[in-house]
Amino acid sequence: MTALAGLIRKEVYHILRDRRTLVVIVALPVLQVILFGYAIRTDVDRVRIAVVDPSPDTMTLALRARLDAAGVFEIVKVSPTMDAIEPLFRRGEAQGAIVFEPDFAEHAGRGVPASLLIVADATEPNTGSIVQAYASAVVQAFEQEQAAHARAVRITPAVRMRFNPTRRSSNLFVPGLMAFVLTIVSSLMTAISLTREKETGTLEALLVSPLRPWQIIAGKVAPYVVVGFASVVGVIVEARLVFGVPLRGSATLLLAEGVLFILVSLSLGILISARTSSQRVAMLGALVGTMLPTMLLSGFIFPIESMPAPLRAVSAVVPARWFVLVARSVMLKGTGLAYLWPATLILLVMAVALLVASTRAFHERLEA
Amino acid sequence: MRRILFLARAEVLHVVRDRATLAQVLIVPILQLLVLSNAATFQIRDTPTYVVDLDLSTASRRLIERFASSGHFRIAGRSASANLADEALLAGDVTMALTIPHDFEAMLVGTGAAPLQLSVNAEKGSAAGIVQSYAASIVSAYAAELTAVRGGAPRIDLRMRSWYNPSLNYTHYMVPGILVALVTLIGTLLTAQNIAREKELGTLEQLNVTPITRGQFIAAKLLPFWTLGLIDLAIGLLVGVVVFGVPVRGSLLLLFGAAAIYLVVALAIGLWISTIVETQQQAMFVTFFVMNVYLLMSGLFTPIDSMAPWVQTVSLVNPVRHFVTISRAVLVKGAGVRDIAQPLATLVVFAVVTLTLAVRQYSKRTA
Repeated sequence: MTALAGLIRKEVYHILRDRRTLVVIVALPVLQVILFGYAIRTDVDRVRIAVVDPSPDTMTLALRARLDAAGVFEIVKVSPTMDAIEPLFRRGEAQGAIVFEPDFAEHAGRGVPASLLIVADATEPNTGSIVQAYASAVVQAFEQEQAAHARAVRITPAVRMRFNPTRRSSNLFVPGLMAFVLTIVSSLMTAISLTREKETGTLEALLVSPLRPWQIIAGKVAPYVVVGFASVVGVIVEARLVFGVPLRGSATLLLAEGVLFILVSLSLGILISARTSSQRVAMLGALVGTMLPTMLLSGFIFPIESMPAPLRAVSAVVPARWFVLVARSVMLKGTGLAYLWPATLILLVMAVALLVASTRAFHERLEA
Repeated sequence: MRRILFLARAEVLHVVRDRATLAQVLIVPILQLLVLSNAATFQIRDTPTYVVDLDLSTASRRLIERFASSGHFRIAGRSASANLADEALLAGDVTMALTIPHDFEAMLVGTGAAPLQLSVNAEKGSAAGIVQSYAASIVSAYAAELTAVRGGAPRIDLRMRSWYNPSLNYTHYMVPGILVALVTLIGTLLTAQNIAREKELGTLEQLNVTPITRGQFIAAKLLPFWTLGLIDLAIGLLVGVVVFGVPVRGSLLLLFGAAAIYLVVALAIGLWISTIVETQQQAMFVTFFVMNVYLLMSGLFTPIDSMAPWVQTVSLVNPVRHFVTISRAVLVKGAGVRDIAQPLATLVVFAVVTLTLAVRQYSKRTA
């Protein structure tokens, strides 16, 4: 046990001595969360639209005023013909267009339905759908007010937006970002710690020392779990203060799950560097093996339920997927272990399996 | 000129001979395109829905049928208990809960107006908005039908159209963006790695004492990768069209012209990275971080319009953003030179500036 304590002490000295790296490791997640928290969003709260109004009359003007007053629309151009729309769309200057037919009010007055066309730039399908939904909501409200005739049937849905009433996407992405930046930091830490030993040849010295492989792994991982814990706390505080992301569940649970996730990421990093011979391959493995899947298959940006079945199956072995789920549930829904035990169990199993596997990998190196 | 060609040929031989690099250049992009296009999607598939029908009438059943047959919703559970619906929402088994109150039909027949309750899991903000709008349009279509039965007529005939992507297929949006990511990866990563390797092996020193000038050396280094980038774009585009049916509405010549300019920027960034690092490992690390920030902030994955205003301003200096815009405009919207004049001009400026800076930095380091 004293040998293990000695190794841990050595690692702590390494970490403390290299101040610059320590600052980078603790500050990097906080910085990245700021940067990406403001960048990775999908809210649509300003929509640039063009209006095609061949014969302005009281009704079209009233509807245009309505659109303006709705707060989401910015009318970038009013034109009498359709021709002007296409270039605006191609240049991305307008995202939608409201097209009135000629003699709009007259038709509506005569009882012939006046036709109104909502065109959306659906290059990005979701933005297109949202633009259409916003515009049609304004038009329908306007119509109901105008019409109010006795025979109309009205079904009014009362909509409750659960867990994220303002529908701000930062509430979704910031908890996910936690998983992403923690993965980066963890793999960075193992890369620094293990490759340094390899470069200076001290790894061989460690291997022939009386330390057992599991002790080497424990000595390597333990101090970095503490550093990682500092990052987790930093990011949670930041999510709260900068982005106003709620923390509805238990903070203790979130921190504990955070430590568990860091343990998984660290041991994955160690396994990769222990398994690979050259540093180049190790780096490639760490990048391709952890960061890309974390970015794309964890559900951090893209919802897992949108992916085809094979990719969904692959995503089940990405540790970040489970931590993203846990972080979001605890922060937004306030769920406890009663709902989260499967994800927690999976993370636990992953941690144990990876630690055992990396201990084995060290064994083999010893024998080879 | 002949010297440049000789060196470039040596470079090409290196690439062709090294199986790993060749695979990296030819196979990895195709795999990336196939996986990424399927993974990177906000496509909203049929939303799992929980139905609480407290009315159990003809009207309520018809409405539920509308939801089930709309293609947007899948009835995942049904009971008469609001608590069960709530639990399903909390556990994440369903995304929406639809509650039809008692006397739904009676109210419709009596007063012509009836309430309805929709609870949407709004964790995924914008997706929740779309789910809600689908539900609202089903409900209002049903109401309009009932109105017609009672002899009323709507005053406004509202029609919707989705330009450029009427089937709302997400891959048509992602593939043109992912092509940009591929070209960037090849251009920047390979260049940085390649020059760093020459440094590691010490062959860079040897080249420095030959009569080749620095300009010639850089030209000979960049030329093969520039060509490779264009070839990769062609391969990727072919895969995109054949596998995903991505439209090509604009001029291919324009797209490749823009790519040629953009690649100069990507290569220059790679060259610059190679001057500040010592080993291939560092080159990969720095490249990866630069790319991470570049890609996540380019509008490739999440729309520029949704970013915070200051991020939108910062992203103007991100070359990836401009080429993503061009690629989507040309392929999906059929934009011409005049439509993309602004991002194209920006890329030309970037190309000149980054190449000049990188070459100067390179000369300083090796002098």
